[in-house]
Amino acid sequence: MNDDRIDQIIDNHHGEASSLIQVLLEIQRENHWLPKEALTRVSEKLEVPLRRIQHIATFYRAFSLSPKGRHEVHLCMGTACHVRGAGRVLEKVESETGIKPGETDLDLKFSLETVNCLGCCALGPVMEIDGTTHGRLSAADTTDVLKSYE
Amino acid sequence: MSEIRMQIDGNEVRAKEGRTVLEAARGVGISIPTLCHHDELQPYGGCRLCIVEVEIHGGKTIVASCVHQAEDDLVISTRSDKIDRIRRSILELLLAHAPDSPTLQELAQEYGADKNKFEQEASFCVHCGLCVRYCAEIKEKHAVGFIDRGIRKEISFLPEIAAAECNDCKECFPLCPTSYLQAAFVLVESLAFPRGKATRA
Amino acid sequence: MTREELEKLRQRIVSERDPDAPCITVCAGTGCLASGARKVIAAFDQKIDAQGLEVDLGFRSTGCHGFCEKGPIVIIDPEEICYLQVTPDDIPEIIEKTIKEKEVIERLLYVDQNTGEKAVHESDIPFYRHQERMVFGANRRIDPKSFEDYLAIGGYEALVKALFEMTPEQVVSEVKNANLRGRGGGGFPAGVKWEIARNAPSETKYVVVNCDEGDPGAYMDRSLMEGNPYGVLEGLTIGAYAIGAHEGYVYIRQEYPLALENLTSAIEDAENRGLLGTDILGSGFNFQVRVHRGAGAFVCGEETALLISLEGEVGEPRPRPPYPAEKGLWGKPTNINNVETWANIPLIIHRGSAAFASIGTEGSKGTKIFSLVGKIANTGLVEVPMGISLRDVVYKIGGGIPGGKKFKAVQTGGPSGGCIPEERLDLEVDFDELTKAGSMMGSGGMIVMDEETCMVDVARYFIDFLTDESCGKCVPCREGLRQMHRILSKITEGRGEESDFEILEELAETAREASLCALGKTAPNPFLSTFRYFREEYEAHIREKKCPALSCRKLVSYYIEPEKCKACLICLKECPAGAIDGAKKTIHIIDQEKCDACGICFEVCPSRFEAVMKISGEPVPPPIPEDQRVVIRKIKQQ
Repeated sequence: MNDDRIDQIIDNHHGEASSLIQVLLEIQRENHWLPKEALTRVSEKLEVPLRRIQHIATFYRAFSLSPKGRHEVHLCMGTACHVRGAGRVLEKVESETGIKPGETDLDLKFSLETVNCLGCCALGPVMEIDGTTHGRLSAADTTDVLKSYE
Repeated sequence: MSEIRMQIDGNEVRAKEGRTVLEAARGVGISIPTLCHHDELQPYGGCRLCIVEVEIHGGKTIVASCVHQAEDDLVISTRSDKIDRIRRSILELLLAHAPDSPTLQELAQEYGADKNKFEQEASFCVHCGLCVRYCAEIKEKHAVGFIDRGIRKEISFLPEIAAAECNDCKECFPLCPTSYLQAAFVLVESLAFPRGKATRA
Repeated sequence: MTREELEKLRQRIVSERDPDAPCITVCAGTGCLASGARKVIAAFDQKIDAQGLEVDLGFRSTGCHGFCEKGPIVIIDPEEICYLQVTPDDIPEIIEKTIKEKEVIERLLYVDQNTGEKAVHESDIPFYRHQERMVFGANRRIDPKSFEDYLAIGGYEALVKALFEMTPEQVVSEVKNANLRGRGGGGFPAGVKWEIARNAPSETKYVVVNCDEGDPGAYMDRSLMEGNPYGVLEGLTIGAYAIGAHEGYVYIRQEYPLALENLTSAIEDAENRGLLGTDILGSGFNFQVRVHRGAGAFVCGEETALLISLEGEVGEPRPRPPYPAEKGLWGKPTNINNVETWANIPLIIHRGSAAFASIGTEGSKGTKIFSLVGKIANTGLVEVPMGISLRDVVYKIGGGIPGGKKFKAVQTGGPSGGCIPEERLDLEVDFDELTKAGSMMGSGGMIVMDEETCMVDVARYFIDFLTDESCGKCVPCREGLRQMHRILSKITEGRGEESDFEILEELAETAREASLCALGKTAPNPFLSTFRYFREEYEAHIREKKCPALSCRKLVSYYIEPEKCKACLICLKECPAGAIDGAKKTIHIIDQEKCDACGICFEVCPSRFEAVMKISGEPVPPPIPEDQRVVIRKIKQQ
């Protein structure tokens, strides 16, 4: 992402330091990750120490300091899903993709995250990929769902 | 500025308005242990060693004296079975990470803390934040900061800034209760400083 | 627009709408969308368009209705015929039979699990019948993006009353008299908070909506925000007027894209119509609202952490006092309340505090929306009057435990709460009763657990959650939870020791008393409450290396019962560890050395055989001799 685009996003938020998190969220959304150059640019333009931005970028789970895969897999580990067996589904996803939560595979195909509640508790266990929610998952279903993504 | 009158450990204590309970107590020679407190830095309230009991509405509540404002008619105890128990617990939790820290060992003796209570995971940093806060508030260089949160939280030097500033400063080094800071600096210097900036090979 | 123009618009809308005209309503909340509601809506659109029915047939997609277990939901008005689990293939029949012929389609109706009775009308369905949907009920009747819909059900009447017929002090007074307690978890009287903020001497004040809803299993706020954003805004505007704030923030977690979209749309629309901004409705009152997205941190649901996050910092809570009502956002008096609390305000102003306070118990007035999830037949969002018995919620509304399993506990209050066992099921649900029972109201999550839920694992699960979400600033929480997690994990893996109990209780005291914020202070609750009511499970794990619920993986062995095994090869093929030995007519045996206790064999063994059993705390029977492994199949008599 080039500096101009970053400057634009910062201007959209009126260049206020308190909009720091909102600015980073927009960069994350467009770019799918936060390269160091982006953080440095934001630090300069908003006149905020890089130390603070670095903490924010690692404190909040929405941000990624490394590139993400084409498909972001969000597996719900909320209480209702947990009680309905989400742990088994997670094991299956890990073995099918070869990655653990927080990781991205080497082909940059899948990124895996566990999330705390997708709010679809009636459909638990639930997995959300690229905005599509897959519910009522069993270990067998999980394999089929993952295979359907290129 | 008006004066506050409180009771600490049965003694009447006067303090200027705007002071914290810790400052008021220390002002009259009452000792309260601290780890993350520094007179020149904003109160942090992270280590919780400075906890005291405050009598409120007939009951007692525990507060951190380094951040609690002194107010009229507060009745405070700086020691009790409960306070001692909790201080001991906090020390035991920290000793698991920094068993050889002189500061912690001294307090451990006073409160009977067992450094082997928990399995030792000698990661050394006790997250007092003194280094980060000193560099930010006093030096305003922001060469070191925190990253992540919870049990994954760590201090992290910013290599470009540290390379430019730290070798002529190092004022934060003596503040570290566990000497982890020095070790972290050496590591970042050898691994991440921009070329030509490291003082060691 | 002015007040008069608003009234004229409302009258025009109401007069144009015929309550007896046929109308199809489809639920399009996130839950139903995940169940396929988009395709149902598209099918309706297509059919209605193709047949030119839009002239006489109304159609509306709304926010969440609450009966998430049975979505997609379609309601045909004015008869209020309610169809459940509708698929796109059902649409032609619905149009032909129900719309045109006024005939009910039996197979799409609600059927009572226990009695087999069907319910035609929405209000006959037990799930709805026992609720009191004072706040949530609006969802079912409005398109969240339609200002006209909101006006038609009485929207903005309360704001007009507040701005033009009441002083700010009177508004505060009403909220105080209603005794509305915060719906986000703390349960602090909202009116008292408002009064402190009102009286705080400052030109600049703020109001904030906490829509960070982090408790796993709770999604009430999401559904309120998705389904009725105007309602939340109206409550917020009334509150701003009462307190004297001219700027408001809505902090909404970024995991809620639909809620964010509907809210942003409502704010823009309200601004265009003069219901936000300067001189609202000609009253002279100015108020504008900004939206901030959360960035993935549970701790930001804590009010001081949320405010710091609004200031663009990491969500590390600040010590209280000072409380936000005195010194909050940028040091100014700030009134922060939960979404559901704000959503109750128009009701209180419109109907009056006495009417509001006539519902509920002595200490807890009004209703509460709960998310009833987990091992329960009717999963969804339910709104009930305070004081209803927990038993009624679980059985009358929830329909009991599916699969014939035995009820074990209801977990309330999220990671700050506790588990309520069977012996306490008759308690009246309200703030104080739940606290007395060792739990708390929290934001409203109610997770039902059955005999297969291990309560030690429940404690471990919540501590695990909190160790990840702790901000890490203070020692009692960061380090205390770290050690509690270690110990609880050890116990679930069969490596617990008797001395663990004392250490856990010590750590619980340290966290509860000395943590910096409510996350740390309430973190020990799931452990303390499960230890209080289910101590024998902890003891079994430690003393007998046994998990009574047959859940903890390292303590459970799988065994195929020779008398029941029909050598069908299914489990053999599915076993990921290759641990099952057998053949077409040879009884299958699990090699315990290779077995990983993943449980797949248990899941896939056909229900007519049920040959796989779980064993815990006892030795697994030795394998039967080879010569006894031949399967004898009974030949069916012709």
